[in-house]
Amino acid sequence: MDFVTFFALAIPLVVVAVMVIAHPSPVYSALFLVMTLFLLAVYFLFLNAHMVAALQIIVYAGAIMVLFLFVIMLLNLQSDTLRTQRHGLGRVAIIGGVILLAELGLLLQGSSSELAESSLPENFGTVEALGSQLFTKYLLPFEITGILLLVAVVGAVVLAKR
Amino acid sequence: MQSFIDGLIASGVFGGLPAEAIYPAMMFLFASIVVFGFVLPLVTITIWLERRVWSRIQSRVGPNRVGPQGVLQGLADGVKNILKEDVVPDAADRPLFVFAPYLLVWGFLATFVVIPFSSALVIADLNVGILYIVAIVALSAVGVLMAGWASNNKWSLLGGIRSAAQVVSYEIPAGLALLPVVLLTGTLSTQGIIQAQGWAPWDWFLFHSPFTFIAAFAFYISALAETNRTPFDIPEAESELVAGFATEYSGFRFALFFLAEWGSLYVTGAIMAVLFLGGWQIPTGWTNNTVVLNIAQLTVFFLKAYFWVFLAMWIRATLPRIRVDQMMSLCWKYLVPLGFVNLVGTAVWMVIWPEGNTFVPYLMVVGTLALLVIFFRRVLYHLRRAKPELYFNPAI
Repeated sequence: MDFVTFFALAIPLVVVAVMVIAHPSPVYSALFLVMTLFLLAVYFLFLNAHMVAALQIIVYAGAIMVLFLFVIMLLNLQSDTLRTQRHGLGRVAIIGGVILLAELGLLLQGSSSELAESSLPENFGTVEALGSQLFTKYLLPFEITGILLLVAVVGAVVLAKR
Repeated sequence: MQSFIDGLIASGVFGGLPAEAIYPAMMFLFASIVVFGFVLPLVTITIWLERRVWSRIQSRVGPNRVGPQGVLQGLADGVKNILKEDVVPDAADRPLFVFAPYLLVWGFLATFVVIPFSSALVIADLNVGILYIVAIVALSAVGVLMAGWASNNKWSLLGGIRSAAQVVSYEIPAGLALLPVVLLTGTLSTQGIIQAQGWAPWDWFLFHSPFTFIAAFAFYISALAETNRTPFDIPEAESELVAGFATEYSGFRFALFFLAEWGSLYVTGAIMAVLFLGGWQIPTGWTNNTVVLNIAQLTVFFLKAYFWVFLAMWIRATLPRIRVDQMMSLCWKYLVPLGFVNLVGTAVWMVIWPEGNTFVPYLMVVGTLALLVIFFRRVLYHLRRAKPELYFNPAI
């Protein structure tokens, strides 16, 4: 991924990501979030992670964001109703942001710019490589995630039946 | 594709231009050629064919005035739509209202990237080919929601919301129905799936086992629902919602909705041909000419794809629309459990017969042929007692 490609993608990505929280209309915010997730998927494509890019679009931009939009449009949320509500979440967000920046700084200290240039294995990012990693090295986290999702589905059914 | 452009650059056609500028320009050029020279005629001919097929099924004549047999009817409709006034309602959300039809058209155009028309004619043989199509279809649901909400109209909003619920629900049986094929081939690439099949019907995945046979039709039903085709066209149900999400649209943008709808109908047929009917596979060895071979493969692929397109037209002309609750229960109570049964069944089948059962495919081909023969005998019986002068006269 060269310099020009990186910034050609990074600048729009940051702009739409800021628009998600800056735009007063909830529908526009959700649509900007779709664009953010789509541009992230394009990033994954450029990083040779085709499978992750496809999954990103199917799961997040496709299914989850469509449901977000669905609920926002069904409830017909207006832009002014949300403006007046403040929960004091700003302070929590600032603390979270500082922690994230500190983590990123620590990570960047350990890495060097040559790391990104090192050659990738032949089948990096393909379905086969990702699948064999998931079912050998990362089997336990994979299964635990599966159980977590199953619990969430069962919980949703129980709540809906009440 | 890239090697072709690399060859052009090496031969010095572009002079000293940098390669970074040539690639996007050439991609843009090729995309335009594909859209205007291939996709637009394809869609207009599909629309004409659909109207003619409906007419014959309903004992009418259908459009036959523009061009020979009315082939150019789509062109005339397109010109008419472009010349009409493009109305944007005052209360509509203008940017989204204007943008939504383009998103839908992009959604079906982007799927053409991975459809292999012959062994050489594929724009990009992606490693995640089939998943890519699923992803693009999922994204185009956003376009329908956008159109419905931006129109600021109750019918449009209801249509958009129904469509979103439908696409999100039917993605799951569609995904489950293509998993048996992925299990059998061990690849998601469209070319890889076709190469794992053969030219003969008993080498197709449709007849590989009873499970893949059911999966094929489960996928077809789900695909019809995802593209909002009858009997699943409740997002634009005329008797309930005027025209659903397209109510407020007029002129060129309305034409774009139609383009997207019939374009994705062809895409559905093409995916069915790739997954279950062996794609472009033809008997080899009868010619050494690559061009002739590719044209033959292209013809076979089109015939297979248009078989499913014709089936969709037939369903649309004969079946009534189903209710919303029926649609949801069909998806979650029947197609999803069936998808899981197919998945597990195919896995067990592969454990018992790793190379595929040698007897069952022949049996299934013979059984299907017998069913078709009985069906066509009955159709002929009724045709003889109907109005043969209408049905057997193609010149009307």
